[in-house]
Amino acid sequence: MIEVREARKRFSDTFVLDGVTLTIGEGERVALMGPNGAGKTTLVRAILGFYHLDGGRITVDGYTPTEERVRVLERIGFIPQTPPPIKLSLEELMEYVSQSSGVDREAIKREALRMELDIERNLQKPFFKLSGGMKQKLLIAIALAKEGSYLIFDEPTANLDPKAREHFYSLLEELPERVATIFITHRIEEIAGLVNRKVYMDLGKVVEDEYL
Amino acid sequence: MSNLALVAKLDIKESLRSRWFLVYLLVFGGLMALFFITGITDSVVMGFTGLSRLLLVYIQVTIVILPIFILITTVKSISADRESAILEYMLSFPVSLSDYYWGKMVGRFLITFTPVFLALLVGIVWGVVKGAEIPWAVFFIYSAFLFALSALFLGIAFFISTIVKSHDMALGSSFVVWITLLAFLDIALIGLMLQNRWSDEVVISIAMLNPLEVFRVGAITLFDPELTVMGPVAYFLLDTFGREMILLYAVIYPISLGLLFAVAGYLFFKKRDLL
Repeated sequence: MIEVREARKRFSDTFVLDGVTLTIGEGERVALMGPNGAGKTTLVRAILGFYHLDGGRITVDGYTPTEERVRVLERIGFIPQTPPPIKLSLEELMEYVSQSSGVDREAIKREALRMELDIERNLQKPFFKLSGGMKQKLLIAIALAKEGSYLIFDEPTANLDPKAREHFYSLLEELPERVATIFITHRIEEIAGLVNRKVYMDLGKVVEDEYL
Repeated sequence: MSNLALVAKLDIKESLRSRWFLVYLLVFGGLMALFFITGITDSVVMGFTGLSRLLLVYIQVTIVILPIFILITTVKSISADRESAILEYMLSFPVSLSDYYWGKMVGRFLITFTPVFLALLVGIVWGVVKGAEIPWAVFFIYSAFLFALSALFLGIAFFISTIVKSHDMALGSSFVVWITLLAFLDIALIGLMLQNRWSDEVVISIAMLNPLEVFRVGAITLFDPELTVMGPVAYFLLDTFGREMILLYAVIYPISLGLLFAVAGYLFFKKRDLL
C-alpha cells in the first residue's frame, strides 16, 4: 500500500505539494490528473524517493522512500514521460536492470516482442540512438518485466503511435490483479477502461478523488 | 557482482565510447609520442638526462592538463545526468545512493588515472628498450603523485557535480577551482606578502595548503632534493619537514582532501533532493 499523509513539498516560496493525503491499495488503477504545475510529477517523484518532504509522510508497504529506497524501488516499476538520452547500449541497460532489480533479461525481451520491438537486433546500439517510439517501448517492457507491486506511468504513450498504444493498453489489461497502477495523464478517455479511480490535483492539493 | 561494481563497470564502458575519453587518450598518448619524437629522452638539459628529463617534462605538463581534464569531464557525471533526466530513470531502480555515487566515482577514477599512468609506463618501457638507466624511485613516487592528484580533482569534481544543479554552473565552477589553484592563489599570496608584510612562515603554510603547490613542491623534490630552484623557501621547508616528510605530505594531503570533498559530495547527494 502506498500511503501519503499530509505531504508537503516546497520549492522556493511555493508549496508544490500542500498537504496531500492519498492511499493507494493493492490492485487499484489510478488516473492522476490535473493541470500543469498541479504537483502530479512531484508527488510521483516523492513516492520514488527523489524528494525529501518538508512535512508529512510517505510510505510504500511501510517503507519510507528516502530512507529505505532500495526496499521501495524493488516494488515499483516506473516509466517516465520522455525517455532519457541514456548512453548505455541496450545490452548494458538490460544488465543494469537485470542485476539491480533481479529482472530476467529474457522476460524483458519477451515483453518487448509483445510490443513489436526486437531487442536482439539492437543489443549493441546505444539507447539514445533508438527512435522515440522504440525507446518508450523498451522502457515499458522493462517496467512490465520487473513485475513490481506498483507501476507508475508518467504520460507513457506520448511517443507511441496509435498501434503501439493499443498494444500497450492490451498488455496492461493482462496485468495481475494485485498490481496497482498510477497513470499521470491529461486524457482519461484513452485509459478509461484501465482505471477504476480518478484523483484530480490542483495547486499541490488533491481536489477530487473519485472511484469510477 | 555488487551494484557498486556494476555502476563502475557501466560507467567505464560508457566512458570508453565517449569523445572526451578519446581526446584524453590522444593528449597523454600523443604527449608521450611527442617526447620520443622530439628526443627529450636523449637530451641533456641542466644536468637532467634521459628518462629523468622525460619525467620532469611530463610533470610540468600534467600539472596543467590533468586537473582541468578531470574536472571538466567529471563534473558533468551527476549534474548532466540530472539535467537530462538520466538520473531520474537510473535511480528509479533499487540501487542504493551509496552504490551509485561511489560506483560512478570508482569508474571515473580508473578511466582518468589509467591513461596517465599507462603513458608514464610507456615512457619507462621505452627507456628499458633503449637501455637507459631507469629512475625507479622517481617513477614509483611520481606514480603516487599522479594517483593523489587524480583522487583530489575527482573528489572536487564529484562535490561540484552534486551541489550544483545545472551543468553549465558545474563547468564554470570547475574552471574557477582550476585557475584558483593553479595561479590565483600564488599571485594573491605574493600580493599579500608584499603588501602586508606577513611572516614568511604564514605565507608558506598557506601555500602548502594548495594541493597543486604541494604537488609542484613534491615533484621538484624528486629531481632537486635541495630544492635549489625555490630559493630561500627551500631552507624553511627542508629544515621544518625534511625531504621524506615533504614527499609523504605531497601524496597523503591531496588524497585526504579529495576524499573529504568526495564524502561531502556524497552527503549532499544523500541528504538533498536528487532532482
